Amino acid sequence: MLQIAALTVVALGGLAVVLTGDPLRQTMVLGIYGLGLTMLFFVFQAPDVALSEIVVSTVGLPVMILLALRKVRQQEDEQHGEGQGE
Amino acid sequence: MTPKARLILFGMAVAAFGFVLVDGLAGLPAFGHYHGVYGRVIDGIGVTERHATDLVTALNFDIRGFDTLGEEFILFGSVLGVVLILRELRGESEHPNRHEADEHTFAGASEALRALGLVLVPALVALGVYIVVHGQITPGGGFQGGVILAAGPFAVFLAGRYLRMKLLAPHTLVELGDAVGAAGYALVGLGGLVFVGVFFKNFLPLGIAGHLLSAGQMDVASVAVGLEVSGAFLVAFSEFLDQAIAVKGGSQ
Repeated sequence: MLQIAALTVVALGGLAVVLTGDPLRQTMVLGIYGLGLTMLFFVFQAPDVALSEIVVSTVGLPVMILLALRKVRQQEDEQHGEGQGE
Repeated sequence: MTPKARLILFGMAVAAFGFVLVDGLAGLPAFGHYHGVYGRVIDGIGVTERHATDLVTALNFDIRGFDTLGEEFILFGSVLGVVLILRELRGESEHPNRHEADEHTFAGASEALRALGLVLVPALVALGVYIVVHGQITPGGGFQGGVILAAGPFAVFLAGRYLRMKLLAPHTLVELGDAVGAAGYALVGLGGLVFVGVFFKNFLPLGIAGHLLSAGQMDVASVAVGLEVSGAFLVAFSEFLDQAIAVKGGSQ
């Protein structure tokens, strides 16, 4: 029962990640989806994998995506600013 | 390609993929009905012959220790790639904008967030060390603990102190941790070759199963991997951070 619930949450979560448009929001949804995956691994009795999943999906991945997004926006702003200056 | 053609192609692909997926899933054994032989053998010898109560760690750091060596160097190589790609290019300069970097705050970052960050740092480091050294006893081990350890200095950044994070985890130190950890894991394997004649065969006393210092080389391997992983993640984090905050210009 618990396993079916976890599978459902992961299926819906995956859909939610794909359907989120804005990359910034998508990162947050991805983190929550990772938490769902962690619960899935845990109820399927794989605590080692669950532990890896929780640290990678809630710390490692979102941080790198967020920093990359920030860099991209920075460059967009700079180009935008130059365009206005001319 | 017209939208209609794309839709037809998509429909065909979904039908084919769905068929394979459903057919494959129907053929899987039910959860809890394991048919493999290898797993049962490991279950039998993990505690008696290797004195490890977490069999996943026993697999990673002893029985299939050689595979983990490959994984170590995959991580090492990919972090090296990140460092290479995100190096300072011609036309770029790295002067942290003092105002932004030193007292860098997020929109909406409050005193409460800073306090939380300060509480998180020691908690994360303690949890990371615990998970690394108890790898052979409870779930966890070098990789999981290493990432948690790397998250420790990162909490300082979350508290809005970018340059403080660099003080706590300077570049040279995290790079050294990465390299020493990777080399240390390889040395554990070499130790087996030197002392008992087989690469990655345990050469350390096994101790009593369930004790902190037990299961021979697994503890040492776990600490080496922990160092490597936390170093690798911190190197990657700080490269990304430098790009996002300190490096300016040179977009061509």
